[in-house]
Amino acid sequence: MELNDLTKCTGEWLRGVGPEADIVISSRIRLARNLAEYAFINRATPQDRQRIVDLLREKFGQSQTGRDLINLDIEPLEKIDRQLLVERHLISRELAEMQGPRAVIIDAEEKFSVMINEEDHLRIQAMQSGLSLLAVWEQINRIDDQIEEKIPYAFHEKLGYLTACPTNVGTGLRVSVMLHLPALVITRQIEKVFRSLQKINLAVRGLYGEGSQAQGDFYQISNQITLGRSEMDLIKQVGDIVPVIIDYERQAREFLMKESHENLHDRVSRAYGILRTAQTINSEETMHLLSSVRMGVNLELIRDVGVPKINLLFLHTQPAHLQKLIGGEMDSSDRNIERARYLRRHLSKEKENGPGAEAN
Amino acid sequence: MKCQQCDKPATFHITELAGGKPTELHLCEDHARQYLTSSSQEGTAVGNMAAMLAQQITVGQTAEELAQLDQQACPVCGITFYEFRSQGRLGCPHDYISFQAQLEPLILNIHGELEHVGKRPGRSASGSEKRTQLIRLRRALKEAVETENYELASKLRDQIKNTETDNT
Repeated sequence: MELNDLTKCTGEWLRGVGPEADIVISSRIRLARNLAEYAFINRATPQDRQRIVDLLREKFGQSQTGRDLINLDIEPLEKIDRQLLVERHLISRELAEMQGPRAVIIDAEEKFSVMINEEDHLRIQAMQSGLSLLAVWEQINRIDDQIEEKIPYAFHEKLGYLTACPTNVGTGLRVSVMLHLPALVITRQIEKVFRSLQKINLAVRGLYGEGSQAQGDFYQISNQITLGRSEMDLIKQVGDIVPVIIDYERQAREFLMKESHENLHDRVSRAYGILRTAQTINSEETMHLLSSVRMGVNLELIRDVGVPKINLLFLHTQPAHLQKLIGGEMDSSDRNIERARYLRRHLSKEKENGPGAEAN
Repeated sequence: MKCQQCDKPATFHITELAGGKPTELHLCEDHARQYLTSSSQEGTAVGNMAAMLAQQITVGQTAEELAQLDQQACPVCGITFYEFRSQGRLGCPHDYISFQAQLEPLILNIHGELEHVGKRPGRSASGSEKRTQLIRLRRALKEAVETENYELASKLRDQIKNTETDNT
């Protein structure tokens, strides 16, 4: 499988299935690991880094025989391809933008990816659609074991797994659940949620994590502490709080349905109307409107389109995806026109969709 | 109360705990959202860390002592404390030992704990001497290449190769 094959499908984390999939987009866990025999990234020479890429690729490939993997060097990739991987959450923005030998190994089903030479030698991440942290942990734990069997990790008896930044030392684990919380935003309760989460040392970030806006009412909840608690404890802390937030969001939706039905129905219908008729639209407005439509579909205010398709449109209307699908680089005003055309085509009444619309 | 960044009323009162000492922020909804979502987690972590370190090391220390501390270097990878302090990234696993006295309070500030609980590698951490040695040899190799001492570089290369294969 190759990079271009990914473009048209949704990827595991946006499939729109799994427990609580109306509100929980995805569950994701990452582990930060370093090889014991090499300096950390900022003191490793380009030769060392290349050696780390080669070594990990070889050993990881051996441990995953029979699995369809996509091996990519980041440096020679076109900018648009790097951006595509960022939009799919397969690599971080940091890996896309930094310098030097670095790579990613991607599971063709997009259930995991392994970044090599990001902030740490290894950033392993596993993800699934919906709320299923334990299944994700089982997968990543297995992958971690398989790598560790072949290459010794930097580990300290007392401090645990050693990382380039002391904020990740110990378990090196970040568990993160992505939620769609439009009703909490509309009812202005999201602030309360943020505040209570921060009190218990959980972080809230936008769709694309570091440096991203809260686009489309998507929020990622994750742990900040990595030392002094077991992996299970860290997962449980996030796993326990998520149902509480889901419950708040459901209550807010119920409240809106009951107390403000016309307004809500109007908001959702207008959003749907704009997406189906606009002639030029930027990515931010698209996300904003798709968010309303997604909630409208969940509340059965919109019945002629499903959540998987809306999820797909969230991804396909991002700049790199759009350009790959249309087949060429465009400036932002041309992209806005093509984005509107793409949305009209995929949301129009006569549901004769182009290829790829229902992929996956 | 007004937002700290504009004239709208502050509806978000954020207490930032990551810095060890709580700091209060009062923001309107727009700025709060911007702050909470755009401030990168690792980014602020580094910022906080720099702030924490600055606070930690200025307490009871003279400028000279500080300058001395900044010049301390890890014998394995060569990174100075100043470099770590300004970049927020360590140079090698051994730094956790080289800068233990400075890192411990920092780690305690970040995590509230000093001891790892949870997963451990299946294999024992024995042979860590050899691993540290490899990092040292690679650094020596880099320096040999930089000073165009190719004879030494080739010797070091062989030594690295032998130590590596020993290990696996």
